[in-house]
Amino acid sequence: MWLFLVRRLVNYLVLIVVATTCAYLLAASALSPRVNYENQSPRPTEAAVDARLDELNLNDKTPLAERWVVWAGDVVTGDFGKTVTGASVNDEIEIRVLVSLRLIIAGVVIGASLGVAIGAYAAVKQYGLFDHLSTGAAFTVLAVPAVVVAITLQVAAIWVNDVAGEQMLVFNGEATPGLDAGFFGTLWDRMKHMFLPTMALALSQFAVFSRYQRNMMLDVLGSDFVRTARAKGLTRRAALLKHALRTALIPTVTYFTFTFGVMMAGTTFTEKVYNWKGMGSWLIDSIATNDVHAVAAVSCFMAVCVMAAAFLSDVLYAWLDPRVRVS
Amino acid sequence: MSMSAERTGAPDAPEAAGQEPAPARTPGRWSAVLRQMAGTRRVLFGVVVIVLMVVMAWVGPLLSPWDFGERDYSAFLQPPSADHWWGTDSTGRDVFVSTMVGLQKSVIIGLLVAVLSTLVAAVVGAFAGYFLGVTDRVLMWITDLMLVLPSFLILAILYPVLRDQGWLVFVGLLAAFLWMVTAKMVRGMTISLKEREYVLAARYMGVPAWTIIFRHIIPNMSSLLIVDATINVSSAIIVETSLSYFGFGVQPPDVSLGSLISDGASQAVTHPWTFVFSTGLLVLLVLAVNLIGDGLRDALDPQSERRS
Repeated sequence: MWLFLVRRLVNYLVLIVVATTCAYLLAASALSPRVNYENQSPRPTEAAVDARLDELNLNDKTPLAERWVVWAGDVVTGDFGKTVTGASVNDEIEIRVLVSLRLIIAGVVIGASLGVAIGAYAAVKQYGLFDHLSTGAAFTVLAVPAVVVAITLQVAAIWVNDVAGEQMLVFNGEATPGLDAGFFGTLWDRMKHMFLPTMALALSQFAVFSRYQRNMMLDVLGSDFVRTARAKGLTRRAALLKHALRTALIPTVTYFTFTFGVMMAGTTFTEKVYNWKGMGSWLIDSIATNDVHAVAAVSCFMAVCVMAAAFLSDVLYAWLDPRVRVS
Repeated sequence: MSMSAERTGAPDAPEAAGQEPAPARTPGRWSAVLRQMAGTRRVLFGVVVIVLMVVMAWVGPLLSPWDFGERDYSAFLQPPSADHWWGTDSTGRDVFVSTMVGLQKSVIIGLLVAVLSTLVAAVVGAFAGYFLGVTDRVLMWITDLMLVLPSFLILAILYPVLRDQGWLVFVGLLAAFLWMVTAKMVRGMTISLKEREYVLAARYMGVPAWTIIFRHIIPNMSSLLIVDATINVSSAIIVETSLSYFGFGVQPPDVSLGSLISDGASQAVTHPWTFVFSTGLLVLLVLAVNLIGDGLRDALDPQSERRS
């Protein structure tokens, strides 16, 4: 068992290294940081640009292999290099991960708990009005791309603000810049900024989780142990909550872990539309600014998150479901 | 897939008796599947919506007095009227015509990407599962690597480089990032299928491996592949929309629903007709495809009948 886990971890590690290298080579050959200097006025001399790019290890006149060796040497010591503006990529990651984390924790937790509750209840009342309504809602939301969910909510917010005649819903950035309103004022301001992006995330998560949980619950509802629980005198409610739902939650919990990891860098669209400076929106921003090291760092981060999520959800599954361990 | 599905077709079905007068034939699997699908309301809804949309997308521009790309310099951002059915956008283009052309492109991209990626998945998965050993290791490692690589990032970096080659390259790029999960499923099914009697028989008769794969293994997974291709249509449309929204997808003068949505989003409140029609059609299209996919899965998988 341990050998198996270790082998898997090593395999994951190799995949992460290869993926990051691929991303670096691709970004370094396709993106050209030199372009950034061409629009500056006064336009710097070519020698000045070269010197600056050499300093950042981004000069496209140096052979790609050479740049890669320097970059990889730094990465091994835990330093992802500098951004095109000369700031440390590591510092930027720290700030952005926290921003993403704030958004994802709230969005995924709210969406998943709503989805589980609604999906489980719909399964119990299969073919009832509630089931039909929730299935219809989930199907509709699943048909809407995340970008469109985010934009539609934003458009709705503009409309609400117009009707109300004041700024009730905020849809830009993480906080009001330069706001000085004490602890609670700042907290309230942040909450207001969080509301819409969190809603956008939670809505999509609700749709996925409610479908998933409904199917899992239906599988469990007809099983023998639920009937036994009822036969030995448990109320319907207790049998459903303590026996059926608990068992049906196992795959959902592992799925939740997986989603969470994938979301860490997968909220690109929500972050970008609501102008949050998180990991996801960095992806697009770094491509737009020809920021090679940032692209590589984001790719590495994504790969690590996906792998960690896959690994954790496997381990969690084995831990929660004894049947997996036996077979 | 269980073989029992072949015998689930109702023997007393009226059309089967009417069409085949001479010998009383048991309806085959596909007619049973078709009948079950036609009897499901959501599948019917999905098919009707898609047929209507396809007809509208290709016939609509012919009926409209405006051509795609034509600008009406007397009407910028005008609301829907008799002259411009769905209004005009900020450059005087007729919203109805550009939405229809965008719909065409989204439908074509969705279909092509789905067929292409399912094809790749079937071949990669079947070869890995049939040969196992080194082939399997190598193919699955590539599959894992593709799963780990941030697809959005690679598409976004590569596409500007390949932009001049036209939107067909875009189709290839999208397909390159959609096949992995299906390939893994196909591999699992191939491993169990290759122990079946008919595969063993073919092998002992000396049929070459690739013939077995294309003639026996892949056709026997057709139901999984069809369901998957349907689901891939909607994922392809969704990815295309997201990429086009950020300007990494279909480029002007071509339009797709995604690029239209991104054009309209900024003026959605003041000039809703530039945003509402394209968004509504996109949601309706994906919803219809998903409903058909869901119905197909139920019809093809005997175990999932009670699920929905």
